[in-house]
Amino acid sequence: MTIKERPILEIKNLSVTFTAGRKPVRAVDGVDLSVARGEVVALLGESGSGKSVTLRTILRLHNERRTKMEGSLLVRGSDVLKMKTRELGDLRGRTVSMIFQEPMLAMDPVYSVGQQIIEVIRKHEPVSYEEARKRALHLFERVRIPSPERRLDAYPHEMSGGMRQRAMIALALACKPEILLADEPTTALDATVQVQILLLLRELQHELGLSVIFVTHDIGVAVEVADRIAVMYAGRIVEIGPVRSVIRTPRHPYTRGLLSTRGHGGRLSGKRLPAIPGSPPDLANLPPGCAFAPRCALADDRCRAQAPSPTTVDEGHVVRCLRTDATTQSLAAADVSA
Amino acid sequence: MLIYIAKRIVYTLPIMLGVTLVCFALVHLAPGDPLIAVLPPDASEQMKQQLMVLYGFDRPYHEQFLRWIWRAVQGDLGGSIATNRPVATEVFKAVGNTLMLSAVATFIGFALGTFFGFVAGYFRDTVIDKSASFLSVVGVSVPHYWLGMVLVIIFSATLGWLPATGAGPGGSDAWAWDWAHVRHIVLPAITMSVIPMGIIARTVRALVAEILSQEFIAGLRAKGLSEFGVFKHVVKNTAPTALAVMGIQLGYLLGGSILIETVFSWPGTGGLLNAAIFQRDLPLLQGTILVLAMFFVILNLIVDVVQTLLDPRIQRS
Repeated sequence: MTIKERPILEIKNLSVTFTAGRKPVRAVDGVDLSVARGEVVALLGESGSGKSVTLRTILRLHNERRTKMEGSLLVRGSDVLKMKTRELGDLRGRTVSMIFQEPMLAMDPVYSVGQQIIEVIRKHEPVSYEEARKRALHLFERVRIPSPERRLDAYPHEMSGGMRQRAMIALALACKPEILLADEPTTALDATVQVQILLLLRELQHELGLSVIFVTHDIGVAVEVADRIAVMYAGRIVEIGPVRSVIRTPRHPYTRGLLSTRGHGGRLSGKRLPAIPGSPPDLANLPPGCAFAPRCALADDRCRAQAPSPTTVDEGHVVRCLRTDATTQSLAAADVSA
Repeated sequence: MLIYIAKRIVYTLPIMLGVTLVCFALVHLAPGDPLIAVLPPDASEQMKQQLMVLYGFDRPYHEQFLRWIWRAVQGDLGGSIATNRPVATEVFKAVGNTLMLSAVATFIGFALGTFFGFVAGYFRDTVIDKSASFLSVVGVSVPHYWLGMVLVIIFSATLGWLPATGAGPGGSDAWAWDWAHVRHIVLPAITMSVIPMGIIARTVRALVAEILSQEFIAGLRAKGLSEFGVFKHVVKNTAPTALAVMGIQLGYLLGGSILIETVFSWPGTGGLLNAAIFQRDLPLLQGTILVLAMFFVILNLIVDVVQTLLDPRIQRS
């Protein structure tokens, strides 16, 4: 690539604060993230890390009366946070669309699945009902739903979990979006169905050249689908980089902790599964320094005093940690011992 | 679908039979002499016996019951003891008037109730919601016969805009679609609509608030639908339950409007029941209760069928 193309999605210093409760909750705190055309980025983190909130902010799905959004969120150069209702309506479902975690809950229970797909097509394109239905049928074939003609008239509750998620994918792809947001699309599914859905998503992403942000708490899934991984903790991206780099040489103590908690086949039986001590911080009551410091074995006084700024440790690999010196050393030590 | 409806109709048959039995038992278990209204105070024992035989009150209860059912199935509800007119004619005329009044009241209550409910649900926990909820609580709590009298004092006695009593000009007791009759229905219908309005508003508010908090609303927004587009989905999700509540309210109004019909001298079943009870007019009482109960059963049947048509999640088998 000679000329670097402008990223299709640029998130700059995004903060999201929920103001409904007694104390404002800063769920997302200064997130920067760019996604190139055709790239898949996995947002990895545990519950409450702000990964889903970030994702939903891209479509502005939060209740705006109770949410404060700061920073900028550019999709093809125009700021979603400044869009008027009409522009937002044109963006949603057409340029950017979303797959939800639980398709059973994310689809209207009293409309058939086909009607819901036809609705989104006709919302964005001036086509007849018959034409839209033909397209929906084609989409169903594309996501490999068996006997698609009959399934179009089925209601969400009449389908199995895997089938519903396929229908949800068909719905999301109905208007040929450029960016697909996937919010834990396999979490609610059986393990065997998960794999099928992941394979389908990867195949469609390749064919359609989609840019994807894939939210998950499962490192295995992230490695499977993503080009880059962004690890979130307490509303911040603490480490981001190419999959290989982040998995092989994790530099943030939290990422290292996450990787060591994976129960691997090779692990000796009878050994305790390592866990990260403590629990995620209360977002309404964050410590002044690094949010991970209270749980971090490497933390020193500097960590507790000031929030770390991003440090580039490798090509495209950025970490928000003041103790990268220590993590680098231990990585080197591990290399020697291996 | 047709099979489902047929099945539902078959299911209502035992209910109807039970209703007739309860209705018959209630009327006969109540104390009092049914002939007291027609017999002169100084009637002889022999005359009393003759009348007992004439009306069939001397027979055993089960025989009376079976004879009554058999005739009722053929559309004959017997004759009124007090007026000697056929009960069926009396009842159906009154039911027509009551149905008219209840339907208009339910319509008003449903229109206002869904409006308040939607507004409150959409603006949950705001001043608008609080005011709408307050109105619905007032609607449910206010004694409606009292409200009826207040309305009569304001609009009939003081302002003289609307008539205070009756169903039509000159004591007419048959409904007609003209201004003279419509004027008569305004006050009783408004009075009667207050309770269903409150109940429907509260139900719809809770439904709308619950639906708006569901994930699929975010799903619809993520598709790019406008607020109005989302609203249409909210309406379709609210409709089955809202209509069911409306149907049940209409049923209650059909049977429970004695007080309002008395306040406004409305020639409906309320007045008829009232008269029948005080005169111990057993055939009239029995017939009226039976017809009202049948209406209630049929109404519930219609509600069930409509609900099944609207909500695909309800089993059709």
